[in-house]
Amino acid sequence: MAFGILAAGAYIPRLRLQRKAIIDANRWFAPGLSSLGKGERSICNWDEDTITMAVEAARDATIGRARREIKSLYFASTTFPFLDRLNAGVVAEALSLPDDLIALDVASTQRCGTSALAQALRGTEASIVIAADHRRTRTASSIELTAGDGAAALVVGEGEPIARLLASARSTVDFVDHFRTAESEYDYQWEERWIRDAGYMTIVPPVIARCLDAAKLKAADVTHFCMPAMVPRVVGAVAKAAGIVEAAVADSLAAVCGDTSAAHPLLLLVSVLERAKPGDRILVVGFGQGADALLFECTGEIDLKGRLGNAGHLARRREETNYPKFLAFNDLIEIDRGMRSETDKQTPLSSLWRNRDTVTGMIGGQCTVCGTIQFPITRVCVNPNCNAVDTQEPHPFAGKTGRVNSFTADRLTYSPDPPACYGMVQFDEGGRWMMDFTDVEADKLEVGMRMRMMFRIKDVDAQRGFRRYFWKAAPVDNAEGGM
Amino acid sequence: MPAGIRDKVAILGMGCSKFGERWESDAADLMVEAFTEGVKDAGIETKQIDAAWLSTAIEEQHVGKSAVPLATALRLPFIPVTRVENFCASGTEAFRGAVYAVASGAADIALALGVEKLKDTGYGGLPQRGRGTLNNQTWPNLSAPGLFAQLGAAYRAKHDVSRDDLKRAMAHISVKSHDNAARNPKAHLRNRITMDTVLNAPLVADPLGLYDCCGVSDGAACAIVTTPEIARSLGKTDLVSVKALQLSVSNGLEAQHNSWDGSYFHTTRVAAKRAYQEAAINDPRKEISLVEVHDCFSVTELVTLEDLQLSAEGDAIADVLDGFYDADGSIPCQIDGGLKCFGHPIGASGLRMIYEMYLQILGRAGERQRGTRPRLGMTHNLGGFPHQNVCSIAIVGRYGD
Repeated sequence: MAFGILAAGAYIPRLRLQRKAIIDANRWFAPGLSSLGKGERSICNWDEDTITMAVEAARDATIGRARREIKSLYFASTTFPFLDRLNAGVVAEALSLPDDLIALDVASTQRCGTSALAQALRGTEASIVIAADHRRTRTASSIELTAGDGAAALVVGEGEPIARLLASARSTVDFVDHFRTAESEYDYQWEERWIRDAGYMTIVPPVIARCLDAAKLKAADVTHFCMPAMVPRVVGAVAKAAGIVEAAVADSLAAVCGDTSAAHPLLLLVSVLERAKPGDRILVVGFGQGADALLFECTGEIDLKGRLGNAGHLARRREETNYPKFLAFNDLIEIDRGMRSETDKQTPLSSLWRNRDTVTGMIGGQCTVCGTIQFPITRVCVNPNCNAVDTQEPHPFAGKTGRVNSFTADRLTYSPDPPACYGMVQFDEGGRWMMDFTDVEADKLEVGMRMRMMFRIKDVDAQRGFRRYFWKAAPVDNAEGGM
Repeated sequence: MPAGIRDKVAILGMGCSKFGERWESDAADLMVEAFTEGVKDAGIETKQIDAAWLSTAIEEQHVGKSAVPLATALRLPFIPVTRVENFCASGTEAFRGAVYAVASGAADIALALGVEKLKDTGYGGLPQRGRGTLNNQTWPNLSAPGLFAQLGAAYRAKHDVSRDDLKRAMAHISVKSHDNAARNPKAHLRNRITMDTVLNAPLVADPLGLYDCCGVSDGAACAIVTTPEIARSLGKTDLVSVKALQLSVSNGLEAQHNSWDGSYFHTTRVAAKRAYQEAAINDPRKEISLVEVHDCFSVTELVTLEDLQLSAEGDAIADVLDGFYDADGSIPCQIDGGLKCFGHPIGASGLRMIYEMYLQILGRAGERQRGTRPRLGMTHNLGGFPHQNVCSIAIVGRYGD
């Protein structure tokens, strides 16, 4: 038994916007962006945000673990949908974590993910640290091309760790390379050369040196160096200045995903953990108003099979070349959504609270008299040969798979991404529900198709700025046999 | 089984407005239009009506809540008036209320009037509306065509039917209803169409194309009912009486229990069985002369024909393509054009179906009159969605037959 990272998971949205599509659309205005045109970046589906990605990453990280052992949840992001509603609380409820949980939103800097992880590692109890970001970017900005959407999650606690923390170090200085305020929607960034020289090159190497000193190790002992940087050609320069060999620099995922902002240091860590060998030493650095450095050593226990993780989610991929669709998903253009979109989407908060297990947790019921599994949980059993009253025990559906019983691709109802696909999903263990599908192509739908549950935005209440969440059915890819 | 309603109540008179995009009319105008015809047909005065039922479904779109709009439009003399709503089956619910009132003796003469004024939304199709606080949080982002379309997927999987065969049968259904409505001056859509038009139309919700969906119409219809004895005393000789009135309402089984396969209407099967029993019908395929089913979508009509035991399970496609349900077939279905072409002003639709049966049985259906005067007419009025709905079935026929 030892304390450390017990498990790791990740989530990267399935849609990958081809950077060429962004370049082509904006060349008339910003021809200088062409150098950033290679590869693809991950983008949220219309029904994904920081919260939904965090839930999926956490589910990925906790596969095969009893979630009730988790005592604290740290949720790090710079793009929380709610300023005054505990975002970590939504995630906790979706994960059905116990309600005596310590739950914290950690925000306001690109290194909030590493800071949250460092904090969790100072404790003694089981924690889950999740970082996710879905950064809003201006059209034709370089960050629109370099950013990506994604999340990573790490379970920390006492047990058989896959990696132990050897040492950590940090610095906090009010270095403002860029900022975003409550009033501004987008990042405002200073000159890249200054950020590189006065920022990364000045702030990071001393923190790395202190971290290595504390571990009584040398830079040459670092097997993997995980540091994202929003400015090009910085990571190699920092590694060199710190004495870390070039071969140790972890791939930035720039070509396949983009920089996931506050999630990125942890996402890089997860990507390295998936291929690291026992004894490998991983140095993770988060930068933003100072820097965090965390040095880990992998144990003999690394086994992240049975989950998608970073590699699996990267493989779960659909190319998207429709740039206007990306703009519409992120409300960056005003498209005519039609009168059918005007329906009031107000969520009665009292009803949501009463039904939180059903709506946020997707917990149904199982009748203790006849055994019938049903969704949602109700007072009277649905089995026509039973109809017993008040006999149902909670039965979780979120982790279950089912099959499509009937389906449609609806072009009449308003959807941000028509056609709206939905249908009856019949769960393998019992129970069924008529539900929205997501991450699916209309022409691929068929009766009998295997589906799993994903936590998604159900509706956006534009009038009040609220969004409600529920579970949707997504196809089980062949790569996801273990789900 | 209770004794039932058979032959206890007769239809004294009926009325129906022109259905369609009635830009010039409010719901109150449509109510008066239907009632004027109905009360004249009944040969009575308004003050002779003892009680009334108003059916509307999407009242927030036109008259608002309660029965006051009917009482006000017709200036009913402060009698009991009840407003009913049961999705798209509301019209038959109003009829049931009036018929039961007469059968119980609580009223001598009762009125059922259904109305819907839908064309004030600003867009085509049914008005988009909330489904209830919790349902809004857990139901999919659905539309009626999207849910009814799923009958197609499930029916195909169950009976191993190709998409082409299903689409052809569905197209035949729509072509037939357009044909029939061309002979109906009150119908909304009176143009004839071809199979190619239907098959090449844009998809609304796979496999339903534009012509697989019924129109959204404004309109009103009404029935004035009484006992056969009072009808005779008022001088009526040729009476149409109620043979059966059944309603079956989903209790969550289809939506939550895995015993339903999604290819048929559980409620319709239950209600049909009870209705045949109530009307003493043993072989519906031989005994029913005419049928009006709730053809909100062509696929609904198709599977309903099996649920009503008019076609054997799995045979509806062949029967439809054979012309069994055409106007000159064995059991004409939607001889007035149906919801598809007569139109679907929701609260009025159930009463419109009964109106057609009444006219046909009395031989008053004009150009579309069935040659041999029908004996038994059945209406099937469905509300909701395949996985949770209400199904109303009415059978009317010649009194004493």
